Amino acid sequence: MMIDAAFWFIVVLTLGSACMVVLNEKLIYSAIALLFTLFGVAALYVFLWADFLAGVQVMIYVGGILVLIIFGIMLTNRITSVNISHTSVQKGIGGMVVLGILFVLGVMILNTPWLHTEFVEPAQTTATIGTLLMMEYLLPFEVASLLLLAALMGAAMLSRRDD
Amino acid sequence: MTVDQLINWLPFGTDWPVITFLTAVIICALPVFLFIAVYALVAIYGEVKISSFMADKVGPMGQGVGFHAGKWGLLQPVADALKLILKEDIIPAAADKKLFIMAPFVVFIGAFISFAALPFGQNTIIADMNIGIFYILAVGSLSVIGIILAGWSSNNKWSLYGGMRSVAQIVSYEIPAGLSIISIIMLTGTLSMQGINEFQQGTIWGILPNWIIFNNPFSFIAFFIFFISGVAECNRTPFDIPEAESELVAGAFTEYSGMRYAFFFLSEYAEMFVVSGVSVTAFLGGWNSPISGFFNSPGWGVFWFMGKTLSLVFVMIWFRWTFPRLRVDQLMSICWKVFLPFSLLNIFGVGIWILITG
Repeated sequence: MMIDAAFWFIVVLTLGSACMVVLNEKLIYSAIALLFTLFGVAALYVFLWADFLAGVQVMIYVGGILVLIIFGIMLTNRITSVNISHTSVQKGIGGMVVLGILFVLGVMILNTPWLHTEFVEPAQTTATIGTLLMMEYLLPFEVASLLLLAALMGAAMLSRRDD
Repeated sequence: MTVDQLINWLPFGTDWPVITFLTAVIICALPVFLFIAVYALVAIYGEVKISSFMADKVGPMGQGVGFHAGKWGLLQPVADALKLILKEDIIPAAADKKLFIMAPFVVFIGAFISFAALPFGQNTIIADMNIGIFYILAVGSLSVIGIILAGWSSNNKWSLYGGMRSVAQIVSYEIPAGLSIISIIMLTGTLSMQGINEFQQGTIWGILPNWIIFNNPFSFIAFFIFFISGVAECNRTPFDIPEAESELVAGAFTEYSGMRYAFFFLSEYAEMFVVSGVSVTAFLGGWNSPISGFFNSPGWGVFWFMGKTLSLVFVMIWFRWTFPRLRVDQLMSICWKVFLPFSLLNIFGVGIWILITG
């Protein structure tokens, strides 16, 4: 099946670039590998007919957070002259912890009764999200916006010069 | 014809899914690439000629004996393109080689994949997605990463300054642009590009075309906010402080030469087309004829879309030779103190308008 081939290609892309993020020595290369990971996750959302979520993923993570990360790396002092690298320490213990988490997650994934649905294209993808946000989940939505407003004001406060 | 119809129509069927998929991708992508290349040649010629006429000059002319630049300088863009192809490809020794090579492609891909959702005509669209207009806004962020990479990997202070200015500008102007699009979506009730076009069929009071720009006073303002933000996102004059020849040599593109520079050039022109195309679709009726029912067949739709879009590209070129470059603080204060409050007001106004008119 074409969809299977595309799916596995995206899975390999996502996991491969995610490994690159962790294993790369250079910080900026990790950030660039993260670009592919985030795109891969967006593509996986498309497979779940969640195209709006995929768009949000690209817009917020690639257009916002990744830019912020790269800016953070670039504004680090003397970045152009020093190859900033993140080294790995305590690889053995780290590997054990990762394997433990993998085991717990694997058991959880295998034991969860997943919801199976037909592979049919829904008529609307965005309308449902809008209705739910504005009707059922209005309070969490508004609380989230208050939180963001507080963060925005905090950032403005911090970046103000003392006059 | 959308890509889904194309896949169903291809004769390989389900036996050869990979071949079907690749063929569909090539059939869609190759014409778009050729279109961008040809359109960029036309736009470069237009830019040279229009700027000359605005400065009361004639621009490139093939005068006298010999094979100069063809009649009226028509071969000038071809000569420019050949020059760029033949130029030596220089990678600075101190540059980060991998990222330096990657950056032009990332920028170009960001502009290129936007074409997948542009509705050229009633039936001429690569993919009529549910989230069409949102998709174009989202993939635009890929160019930001490309420019930041180009600026950083060149290992040159002008490039770094240019790249950071460019990214700060694009990220800021995405907000008013996105908010003006929200006021459109509130009217149409759909994010699909074809849905927005279909909303704009017919007339208002029998005279004006039923385009969103004429729908209410708020969407009239929203068009100007969106279009000016779009010009800023393309880094065109008067918002070209990231490139600012007189201060930063060529900004993020200082160290690039030959084909790599050509790709930046190509993506700038492609982005101009995308911004104009989205403005036309969202505000100026897309493929709808300006006079309802006048030459409104699918074939003429392509003509109307291209005509309107190229007119907006012309307006962008016109801007370049009319307005002086803004300062950084002026640029940011326009974005945050003028456009942002007005676009929020637009959303509020459109909401009330919808409530009143039903």
